[in-house]
Amino acid sequence: MGAYEAVIGLECHVELSTATKMFCPCANTFGAEPNTNTCAVCLGHPGTLPVPNREAIARIIKIGLALGSEIAPHSIFHRKNYFYPDMPKNYQISQYDLPICVGGHLDVESGDGSTTRIGITRVHMEEDTGKTQHGSASGRIHDATHASIDFNRAGVPLVECVSEPDIRSPEEAAAYLRELRATLASLDVSDVKMEEGSLRCDANVSLRPAGAEAFGTKVEIKNMNSIRSLERALTFEIERQTAALEAGEPIVQETRHWNEDAGATASMRSKEEAFDYRYFPEPDIPALEPDPAWIEEIRSTIPELPRARRERYVREFALPPEVAQVLVANQASAALFDGAVDGGADPGIAANWVTQDVAALRNAAADDGVLTPEHIVDVVGLIADGTVSNAGAKQALEASFATGEPVADAVARLGLTQVSDAGAVGALADEVIAENPDVVQKFLDGKEGVIGFLVGQLMQKAAGAANPKLAQELLRERLQG
Amino acid sequence: MKRPLADRTGAKLSAMLAAGETSATAILASSQSRIDAVDGEVRALLTPTPQLAAERAEELDVYLSTGAPQSPVAGIPVAVKDVLTTNGIRTTCGSKILEGYVPPYDATAWTRLSGAGAVLVGKTNCDEFAMGSSNENSAYGPVHNPWDLDRVPGGSSGGSAAAVAAGEAVWALGTDTGGSVRQPASLCGVVGLKPTYGRISRYGLIAFASSLDTVGTFTRSVRDAGSMLQVLAGHDPRDATSLDAPVPDYGVHLDDGVAGLRVGVVEEAFGEGVEPGVGASVRAAVERLAALGAEVGEVALPHATYALSAYYLIAPSECSSNLARYDGVRYGLRAEGAHTDSIEMMFQTRGQGFGPEVKRRIMLGTYALSAGYYDAYYGQAQKVRTLVIRDYETAFERFDILVSPTSPTTAFRIGEKADDPMAMYLNDIFTIPANLAGVPAVSVPCGLDDAGLPIGIQLTAPALDEQTLLRAAHALESDLDLDLRPPLVARL
Repeated sequence: MGAYEAVIGLECHVELSTATKMFCPCANTFGAEPNTNTCAVCLGHPGTLPVPNREAIARIIKIGLALGSEIAPHSIFHRKNYFYPDMPKNYQISQYDLPICVGGHLDVESGDGSTTRIGITRVHMEEDTGKTQHGSASGRIHDATHASIDFNRAGVPLVECVSEPDIRSPEEAAAYLRELRATLASLDVSDVKMEEGSLRCDANVSLRPAGAEAFGTKVEIKNMNSIRSLERALTFEIERQTAALEAGEPIVQETRHWNEDAGATASMRSKEEAFDYRYFPEPDIPALEPDPAWIEEIRSTIPELPRARRERYVREFALPPEVAQVLVANQASAALFDGAVDGGADPGIAANWVTQDVAALRNAAADDGVLTPEHIVDVVGLIADGTVSNAGAKQALEASFATGEPVADAVARLGLTQVSDAGAVGALADEVIAENPDVVQKFLDGKEGVIGFLVGQLMQKAAGAANPKLAQELLRERLQG
Repeated sequence: MKRPLADRTGAKLSAMLAAGETSATAILASSQSRIDAVDGEVRALLTPTPQLAAERAEELDVYLSTGAPQSPVAGIPVAVKDVLTTNGIRTTCGSKILEGYVPPYDATAWTRLSGAGAVLVGKTNCDEFAMGSSNENSAYGPVHNPWDLDRVPGGSSGGSAAAVAAGEAVWALGTDTGGSVRQPASLCGVVGLKPTYGRISRYGLIAFASSLDTVGTFTRSVRDAGSMLQVLAGHDPRDATSLDAPVPDYGVHLDDGVAGLRVGVVEEAFGEGVEPGVGASVRAAVERLAALGAEVGEVALPHATYALSAYYLIAPSECSSNLARYDGVRYGLRAEGAHTDSIEMMFQTRGQGFGPEVKRRIMLGTYALSAGYYDAYYGQAQKVRTLVIRDYETAFERFDILVSPTSPTTAFRIGEKADDPMAMYLNDIFTIPANLAGVPAVSVPCGLDDAGLPIGIQLTAPALDEQTLLRAAHALESDLDLDLRPPLVARL
């Protein structure tokens, strides 16, 4: 684009994984039968009152501390008033001008290893709404004959984290969202699953001539359900706005809806149609004035954050930054890796196993499996001492992934133990040489690369159970005499 | 003639129960026969619960016969305003929009009374969503004042006040947002107590204006008000605004008298608009307090004149939000017919379900909170509220108790003010400031006017000082020794 600079700010909504909802004792679980996690309070029955969930407040304070926010000594809830059938009270308890967490930042690493600091405007506490499903043959709202509402989600604790308009590209927006997700995961405050809606993201984007100070007219984009769709939506929107500006058309301040299938945004409502939320202080809930000692207690529970952890991996274990990035992006991977290294595994090798093989198993199984750091330690150790080949170790690990069976047991049970006996492998080497005179001749003519073919032949005869290093040694020994 | 059980105080009935001189069943039968005799004319009860009451009284008699410890509440017939939820019993708020609504839970106030052995005789009529001062805003028709059936009982807790005045219940629960307990108590000749905001849980009090709503009591004596408060007061984990302060013994200082108590007379409350009979009766009561040893002086609440305006911005603002939930989606009325979409259904339901006064206040509040108007209306009203709070703080530096008329007038005729909202709103001019400040106040009968209608005096105390409030009210009540029986009851 060149001529224009994108100015992007993100508003992220995070459902907290507390045991109970924000203002009532109902269970907070995803995927329950519709309208089973409900009570008089979260259904908005007359006379009921909201009582804030202390654990949810503790968690938002933890988030604020991790993002470097100031924890407000005095903050209040406001009511955001608008009518919508899946919002039981027809107002949302949220925060307005006095949020719990004020300011902060998130440092985002670009692909080139440089770091950009993205400011955080505020992090505030609110409640989620229910979910409406429109009933129609096509599944589309326009043809709906009826609507069904599930109030299980109504009243689930929701944290809104608003960034400053410090983001300059779709890639940077994606990096910010990844970093935020990793940070929240490390804090153990939310499931942060975009596909289940426990992490959601809206974007504000405007363009301005490169080098200009003043902001252009901003457009809000909603309905991005993955980091990839955020990136796509922003890319589309920047192109759309660029084209408009170049054609001399004004940008309309509006809210636009991202259509994943169409790969395009479409206008939802203009500024004139925007709701007047009639915010006013929530009279049912006293001001939040957290005890400083409590805040310190919460601060003490904050673990090593992703950025520090990545830096440590690079510094202490000499991992490539991109490997460290992948490890830290997943809470379970990082824990597996740390445990394996503590257990004596070579960090570089352990990191490869965790980021590649374990990750592949997780993806294939669509769950986290039951591996412990010992499994990684054993895999690395058993390969190093020649007990099992790389290929055999992968097979054993796959078995262990699902059942937790120790790797050594899996190797033995599956007959993956390598033949490292020089006599047995030597006999196979003799057979291979006898059966492949042409290839042997090529080797003798100086085409040493063909040794790989011969090793392969030997491994086939051994059904994979020979130690390939030893096989090559013995073949060379014989050929070079 | 021996006075029927239904017309005695809770304290007397409790003593009789303890002495084995009567039974819960007998007390209930007395109240029940009174309901049968007069409620067709008074129309205090929207939903009588005779069957449940009879079962409850029988259970209590079994319990009491064991000689087990007995609460002063046990066996007392109680009526509950229909804005307090009762599990499994229809609760309408006097509104069409909740016509068939049966709550799935009990209000904490009722849980506490019920747990102590109170017997529910029914749910009482009230102005729709507690918005009104005459009970004429009920969707189910007006309540008639037992002192003169052509007159209003006051509001919004008119049914509760009338039920106690007529002996349909010995006690009643009401709610007071701007005077809705004290004003009808005054107009019906009973004791109406509005405790400190937060002293009694609001859980199950169907909200009108959350920052002002207070559960209150109707009794025929100040002592009984203390007995009810004793059971009702205290922190409730279901209401984050309920106070976690210790609950004192409200009986222990009740008979200590007013000698040395500093009583401030709110002079502004005797001016224009106050009926001469009301002013004279309240002044006479103040003289009695002085005669009993109180140090009487004058006090000013300079911002009280703005309190009414502030109230009619704050209360409608909160109401516009609180009443948003009545949309036909989950419970209550749903407008019939095909709707183009769910929002249309919600609008139709609200249009059909709410009465004119409720709609007026929702619109006022929606306007006051709107972008561009918030600071001028809601924001300004909150500033006035702060000034009213300071007025009380200043006044209570010099005085222990403030007194004024409860209402500028005695009971007016049904229909007399129905078309003039301002005249109606002015009825609460002396009661509203205590709600804005959250301080406790009580209305105690202090005489009858020339037409034989009851007059109430309002006493106000600092926050959480219900002990002193009840002590002063009890001293006055004992000294006046009025034996108030509405003609309707005396005739029987």
